[in-house]
Amino acid sequence: MRRNRSILFLGIALLSLEATAGFCQDNDLAGHLKTIRAVGPKGQGHQAAAAAWKQVAKADAERLPQILAGMDGAGPLAQNWLRAAVDAIAERQLAGGNKLPQASLEKFLLATHHDSRARRLAYEWIAQVDRTAASRLIPKMLNDPSLELRRDAVAQAIDRAETLLGDGKKDAGVVAYKKAFTAARDVDQIKACEEKLSNLGQSVDMPVHFGFLMEWKLVAPFDNTDKSGFNVAYGPEKKVDVNATYQGKGDKKVGWIDHVTNDPYGNVDLTKPLGKLKGAVCYAVTEFTVDEEREVDFRLGSYNANKIWLNGKLLTANEVYHAATAIDQYRVRGTLKRGRNVILLKICQNEQTESWAQSWHFQLRVCDKIGTPVLSTTRPPTPKKAEGK
Amino acid sequence: MTRISLHLMFAVCLLVLATGADWRQFRGNDGSSTSADVNVPLRWSAGENIAWKADLPGRGASGPIVVKGRIIVLASSGVKQNRLHVLCFDAASGKQRWHRQFWATGRTLTHPQSAVAANTPASDGQRIFAFFSSNDLICLDLDGNLQWYRGLAHDYPKAGNDVGMAASPVVVGKTVIVQIENQGDSFAAGINTATGETRWRIDRPARANWCSPISLAGAGAKQDAVLLQSATGLVALDAYSGKQLWTYKSSCETITSSVAKGGLLYVPSGGIKALRPGSSAGPAKVVWKSSQLSPGAASPVVSEREIYVANRAGVVTCADLASGKVLWKERFKGPFWATPVLAGKHLYLVNYSGQVQVVTAGRKGGRLVSTNELGDKIQGSPAVADGALYVRNDQSLWKIAKER
Repeated sequence: MRRNRSILFLGIALLSLEATAGFCQDNDLAGHLKTIRAVGPKGQGHQAAAAAWKQVAKADAERLPQILAGMDGAGPLAQNWLRAAVDAIAERQLAGGNKLPQASLEKFLLATHHDSRARRLAYEWIAQVDRTAASRLIPKMLNDPSLELRRDAVAQAIDRAETLLGDGKKDAGVVAYKKAFTAARDVDQIKACEEKLSNLGQSVDMPVHFGFLMEWKLVAPFDNTDKSGFNVAYGPEKKVDVNATYQGKGDKKVGWIDHVTNDPYGNVDLTKPLGKLKGAVCYAVTEFTVDEEREVDFRLGSYNANKIWLNGKLLTANEVYHAATAIDQYRVRGTLKRGRNVILLKICQNEQTESWAQSWHFQLRVCDKIGTPVLSTTRPPTPKKAEGK
Repeated sequence: MTRISLHLMFAVCLLVLATGADWRQFRGNDGSSTSADVNVPLRWSAGENIAWKADLPGRGASGPIVVKGRIIVLASSGVKQNRLHVLCFDAASGKQRWHRQFWATGRTLTHPQSAVAANTPASDGQRIFAFFSSNDLICLDLDGNLQWYRGLAHDYPKAGNDVGMAASPVVVGKTVIVQIENQGDSFAAGINTATGETRWRIDRPARANWCSPISLAGAGAKQDAVLLQSATGLVALDAYSGKQLWTYKSSCETITSSVAKGGLLYVPSGGIKALRPGSSAGPAKVVWKSSQLSPGAASPVVSEREIYVANRAGVVTCADLASGKVLWKERFKGPFWATPVLAGKHLYLVNYSGQVQVVTAGRKGGRLVSTNELGDKIQGSPAVADGALYVRNDQSLWKIAKER
């Protein structure tokens, strides 16, 4: 009898403990989220975050929007910690045959002030349990701040345009394609729309859509034998004066020349105006005017080692030769001041002899965080050949 | 035999069944790409010997690993390949046990043929260490619970190679070692497996390198030691402290990795060099070298008595492990990006076109037994465990096993 009573008391105690743990979990969730958000580089805060993560991952699915909101303003490391917790909770919920809090997740998704990635994550879990989500929610997201949601909306817009064209409604199809093109921010979708519109006899301004800078002044060559020139501050780095001349490589006197690219993707092939030089440095400068101070992305693509300065301030330096290139390969934030700004590039060519190591080029664009172009108020018209065909 | 002894034996058998068949890292537990398993099918087709096939949500040039009945595989997806996936499948049923996703914190540009999920994960039997070309290092337990997350390119922003990084991590003792060699922030680091904190970090040559670090246990090291290979040679480090133990200066390959087995190292270096490892008492010494054994992208396979090397053209050469003398050389259909595996008495050669050629191994081997079609673009090395071969491509993961 005494033994049975002990077991009963033990059972009650365990149930009380579990209830208490649940109560603490609710009350402490914000604290655990704060601990996880504090993780820093090089493993800072890991041990506390690991303990907090275990607690967060035990939370009820009803708390998912609160955990998702914890991603707002969090760093990329903390966002991944939180994402893992969200996925673990949602996965457990569904594996147990339970439902996700779809209405509150949907409310979170539609509140565009929340972090884009958190919103996308909310959408992906909604889509797992609601087959109508894509057709019901995505079409309204053609101008969404989340690139991933916007991408899905653009894909649907392209499908609608194709359907119209397939039904013989060319004018409506063109309008639909232009709408998709305007909304598109991913390079592959932009290219797909441009090619289709071109086939339909429509011209679009690709450099303007991306925000590529087309007109430059160039000066070269400066010495980069044995890659020695990357860290040498040649004349243009000390002071940008487009009327100046300099002692270039091999004591050759060099001065600035005008160059306009007509590539739709803003590619400046330096071998065309300067020749196939090796072990050489080129500087490129251009002006950019805005009405108000604003922070922007500078996005560079180049096979060559490079540096970017804005108004004399070094923004980025990348001493990498011939690994690969792509639009938006290097991204850096910078603040344009009101009025005239000076953008200076340094593009370094090494002496590799392989056929795949001969490119000497760059492409630079100015845009906001999701790739929407920011255009200079003094931007000249796009060269005709650079527009969509 | 007492009842206790029987129970003990049963428990030991269960333990062996639970853990004995793991394939915990790139090229298997000892890094030699071999398994004594003789039960892997010699041929298969749509209706025969394919135990299951699972869909994958993204691409991957990495191989699967097997840990306690779980198949772990990495994938990367998205237009920028910046969505990282760690997936766990039940080995018996093929059912997905869990799926974790993350956002890459480092560079995600790669050659179109490669993927951000290019590095094969590793495990210490309790944890999984998922490492990606973006230099994100993620530790999960076997049930998918996050233990810690390191963004090594977040810490060192110039770390990256836009062709793609591919060195797989290795666990040595209580340290997971990553080798991040590129033109930017180039380094190797030893990370505490339990906490994710950095035990040590050393600068490495600032040039691209895709070789994976290896444990020196197979080379007879008396302590937890790791070997780093680069274009200029080898360096052996204490795995816990990062302290340098010995170096070997010589031009080495930067794609294919070394093997430590039977007290020696087999190093891709102008062919293959068999090295007796160095120590505090003296430098490494060449036991034999052969320019006829020239690996392409796949690393050498080392069995108890032979070494096998596949070149880019699809030629596989088998040599005597003691002398380096060539025993046979046969051409098969390449190209081979995936390192082959040896299971029992057969080599499994996985080519980029998605064909798995089963070839007899051993001193008189080299005979093609079968060619099995799986699908295109296979670059990850297979895993072998419990009579099964696990192979993945950009879309699917297969378990090749006899029906039971």
